[in-house]
Amino acid sequence: MKSVVKQERMALSGDEAVAYAVKQSDVDVVAAYPITPQTIIVERFSEYVANGEVQTEYICTESEHSALAACLAASVTGARTFTASASAGLALMHEMLFVTSGCRAPVVMAIANRALSAPLNIHGDHSDSMAQRDSGWIQLYAENAQEVYDSIIQAFRIAEDVDVLLPIMVGLDGFTLSHTLENVDTLPDDAVKQFVGSRKFPNVLTHEGKKAPFKLDPETPMTMGPIALPNYYFEFKRQQEEAMKNALSVIQKVNSEYAKISDRSYGNGLIEPYRLDDAEIAAVCLGSTAGTMKTIVDALREKGVKAGLLRLRTFRPLPIEDLRSALCNVKAVAVMDRCMSFGGHGGPVFHEIRNVLYDADVRPYVVNYIYGLGGRDTSPLELRSIYSDLQRIVAAKRVEKPIQYLGLRE
Amino acid sequence: MSAREKGWKEIAPAGVCSKPSITFLTGDWKTYMPVRDLEKCTRCLLCVLFCPDGAIHWKPEKSDIEFDYNFCKGCGICANECPTKAITMKVE
Repeated sequence: MKSVVKQERMALSGDEAVAYAVKQSDVDVVAAYPITPQTIIVERFSEYVANGEVQTEYICTESEHSALAACLAASVTGARTFTASASAGLALMHEMLFVTSGCRAPVVMAIANRALSAPLNIHGDHSDSMAQRDSGWIQLYAENAQEVYDSIIQAFRIAEDVDVLLPIMVGLDGFTLSHTLENVDTLPDDAVKQFVGSRKFPNVLTHEGKKAPFKLDPETPMTMGPIALPNYYFEFKRQQEEAMKNALSVIQKVNSEYAKISDRSYGNGLIEPYRLDDAEIAAVCLGSTAGTMKTIVDALREKGVKAGLLRLRTFRPLPIEDLRSALCNVKAVAVMDRCMSFGGHGGPVFHEIRNVLYDADVRPYVVNYIYGLGGRDTSPLELRSIYSDLQRIVAAKRVEKPIQYLGLRE
Repeated sequence: MSAREKGWKEIAPAGVCSKPSITFLTGDWKTYMPVRDLEKCTRCLLCVLFCPDGAIHWKPEKSDIEFDYNFCKGCGICANECPTKAITMKVE
C-alpha cells in the first residue's frame, strides 16, 4: 500500500493547474489552438516546452479541428496525448470527437467550459461540453482548481486503461475555475510519473493474421477506423458502449488509488454525495456550483433542515446505480443545469436524473433549475431558494412547475 | 445478415481490418466496364497512369495492358483519356 507523499502548495488558477498536471504526466504530444478561457492552459504549457522543462512535441495547428486530428494521429501511434479547448473551439472539433472515440484513442482534453455564440459570450456555462454528450467521450466536471489538477492526472490513467481506451474531457467552469487563483497541493514529479505509468496496449489480430499491440507501428502494420458498412458498423459502436460501462469501475479504482498517494478523493470518483445520507431534500449539480451549495447545505443543517447535495462528477459514463441509490430515499430533488436543451423538457442533467429515478421503487419529486448561462452569477440567496422551493414541493406533495429559470429576469 | 459475420465481442476495436484490402473485390460496384479495341490501341499506357484505382496493369511479358475487373469501378476515365479512342465503356 502506497503512502501519502509530501506535497507542495502552489497558487494556481484552474488553467495553470491543468498545464502543471500535464507537465508532470509525461505527455508525448500536445496539439492545440487557443480559445478563451482555455488559452492559459496552452500558453503555460508552451512555456514549459520553450524552457525545455518537458520533452513533449508541441504542435501549433491552424484550427481546433486540426488540433484534435493531430492528437488522434499521435495517440493511435501509442503516444500520450493532450489538448484543450472550449466553446466554439470544441464545437469545431465536433466531427473529430467522434473519430477519436471511434478509433479508441485515449486523448485527454481539458474544457474550460464556456457559452456558445450567438450572441457572443466568453463566460462560463456547460453548453459546449453538453452539446458533445453523445460523442463517445468520458466527461468529468471538477469543483475547484485542486480537483482540476487531480482529475487531469487521473484522466490519463482512466482513458488509457486497456478495458476503456476512450478519450476523456475534464470540464472546469470558465473563469470561475479557469481564471481564479486557488491553493493547489501538487504532487512531486516522480510521484505523478509513477502514478500515470506508461501506456499499455491490448493485442489485436491484424489483417496479416498476426497478434500485435493495438497501435500503429510499421513493424506490425494495421488499419484503424477505415470503413465499416452496415454489416459491421453497429458492432463497433456496441464495443464503445461496453468501454463506457468499463470506465465506471476504472474511474472508481483510479480515484481510490490516487487517494492513497494524495490523501484526496472525490466521492467514489463518479458521484460525491454531501450530507445526503439522511437528507429529505437534495440538489444535484456539476462543477464549481457545488462549492457554494455545500455552504448552503451546512447553513440549512444548522437550522435543522435535512438538506443534502449530490455533485455529479462523472457525467459520461452516467453512474446510473450510484445515482439511483443515492437519491431514491430523498423526498424531492432539484436538478441544476447550466445549459439548455432548446425545445426539450428541461436541461440535459435533468433528463438523466429523472430517467434514472423512473425505475426507483418510490420516486422523489424532481424539479429542474436552469441557471448561470453565459456566466450569469448565481448568488447564494438564489441557490438557497432552491431548497425553500423543495420544502414547499414536499409540503404540497406536487411539483407545480418542473422547469425553473434561476436568476432570469422576466 | 450472414451467420458468418462475427459478434461485437469477437472483433478487434476501432474497425481494425481483419483482412487485407486486396481481398475485398470492389470491382462489383461498376455498371460500365472498359472494353479495348486492340487495333486502335497503341500501348501508350496513358490509361495505366490515369486509372485512379490502379486497375489497369502493364504486363511486360505480353507487352500489353490488362484491365483488372476485380477492382475496376467503371469510372470511364481511361476511355476519356485514350488518345486513339480505343477504349469504350459497355454496360457490364
